[in-house]
Amino acid sequence: MNCVIDASALRKLFGNRRAVDGVSLRVNAGEVVGFLGPNGAGKTTTMRMLTGFLEPTEGRVSLAGIDIDEAPIEARKHFGYLPEGAPAYPEMTVREYLRFVGRARGIASGDLAARLMSVADRVHLGRVMDQSIETLSKGFKRRVGIAQAIIHDPPILIMDEPTDGLDPNQKHEVRELIRQMGSTKAIVLSTHILEEVEAVCSRVVVIAAGRIVFDGTPAVFEAMAPSSVQRHRMDHVFRQLTADATEVQP
Amino acid sequence: MTSGSGLRVIFLREFKSYFATPLAAVFLVVFLFLAGIFSFSMGGLYERGQADLRSFFQFVPWLYLFLAPAIAMRLWAEERRLGTIEILTTLPIPLWQTVVGKFLAAWGFSCVALALTAPLWITVSWLGDPDQGAIVAGYAASAMVSGIFLAIGGFVSTLTKNQVIAFVVTAVACFLVFLAGYPVVLDFFRGWMSAGVVDAVAGVSLLAHFQSLMRGVVELRDAVYFGSAIAALLAATTLAIDWKKGT
Ligand SMILES: Nc1ncnc2c1ncn2[C@@H]1O[C@H](COP(=O)(O)OP(=O)(O)OP(=O)(O)O)[C@@H](O)[C@H]1O
Ligand SMILES: [Mg+2]
Repeated sequence: MNCVIDASALRKLFGNRRAVDGVSLRVNAGEVVGFLGPNGAGKTTTMRMLTGFLEPTEGRVSLAGIDIDEAPIEARKHFGYLPEGAPAYPEMTVREYLRFVGRARGIASGDLAARLMSVADRVHLGRVMDQSIETLSKGFKRRVGIAQAIIHDPPILIMDEPTDGLDPNQKHEVRELIRQMGSTKAIVLSTHILEEVEAVCSRVVVIAAGRIVFDGTPAVFEAMAPSSVQRHRMDHVFRQLTADATEVQP
Repeated sequence: MTSGSGLRVIFLREFKSYFATPLAAVFLVVFLFLAGIFSFSMGGLYERGQADLRSFFQFVPWLYLFLAPAIAMRLWAEERRLGTIEILTTLPIPLWQTVVGKFLAAWGFSCVALALTAPLWITVSWLGDPDQGAIVAGYAASAMVSGIFLAIGGFVSTLTKNQVIAFVVTAVACFLVFLAGYPVVLDFFRGWMSAGVVDAVAGVSLLAHFQSLMRGVVELRDAVYFGSAIAALLAATTLAIDWKKGT
């Protein structure tokens, strides 16, 4: 029981639709888990249950050894979360918004300025710090979302499509950042980009129709493709794994 | 983090956000304009030959009937529409503190609007010799009414992502709560209900408590009424968010 993220037998019903159907996930510090799956497979729903935003119909989640149902506030102190779509308050400037999240996350006012500087530097926000969020491009909005997730330097990071909408340079930068942080933190990120998994993840978890259909290293994942397949080997494996489970069974 | 500091952080962000959009300016101008019109022309501040703010305070609840839903409709509907509710409810701040913080910010904003009517007060004090105690009581009663309307509106806005629906439902709900004390309504009940029921209806009515506060007698039961009504609505809001946030 030294897993930083410990989710067992998570199930989520929306009405009688099974969005997540028995997902268990244990992640240690130093692991970067790439969470893959077709659209509607249940990635976002699973991550929402990991953060406690959604209450599971069944199953338990504990973060840093704290049950999120029993001690939600304590558990929330241990993670940073980038929700799907990187929501933020449009009328605030980047600086105001990050200060708000920093304060709400309990960073002492004396440390706030330094944290803000370092985080702005890490995701390259310096130029837009005093611009209102509604005037930012999609990629910059995403970076603001990443910044708010890491501002308090949490041991757990849960990020729903962190590189969606970023240009190739920024994708590269963000992957570097995630890789660095991954040496000490437990990170779960969802993505539709399979190269990303190769580039940053130490582990691949594939979900299809609410169930985990693969859990292993990127190397093992790729090796599942027959040797006759030369290019896009991961895409090939992904298609094979998820082909017969694209729709959630009612 | 010390307990209650989460509430403060939420309150400050919210309160500032009212002034970050043109909405605040529009709201304040409309409020002051209507308050002026009501008290000077319709209320006959001059004609009655008596310098006080009674007519102004009689109109304030009617103003709030439209303006409180306009403030409150954003409270939670907007968070859900933007998706920021996902950030807000995963911060290490208890939900009740978030609910209270947001409510106090909205209430604070409506009290700013009220405070900006001070020139009326100065004018009547300069023209005559009004009962200052009654004016203070009138302001307190008005603030209470806006508090209740905003608490109702905050609750309603948790149930929908659509701000227009939130506005209309809140306005109707506030109207009914307010109207419950009008003689027309009470007479209607008096016709076929026991005196106990009529008293009960009059008891929940905002109007009765408003008027009793206005008379300048701050009674314990009025304070209890406003306090418990707001607390109950905020508790309901907290439960509703927990229930609706993921949908
Ligand atoms: N609030 C909700 N109410 C009803 N059904 C929902 C709700 N949220 C998600 N679902 C359903 O649950 C299933 C899983 O959705 P989820 O958003 O978790 O998928 P995803 O893997 O994140 O997909 P994507 O790659 O498109 O982001 C889908 O069928 C979706 O329609
Ligand atoms: Mg998703």
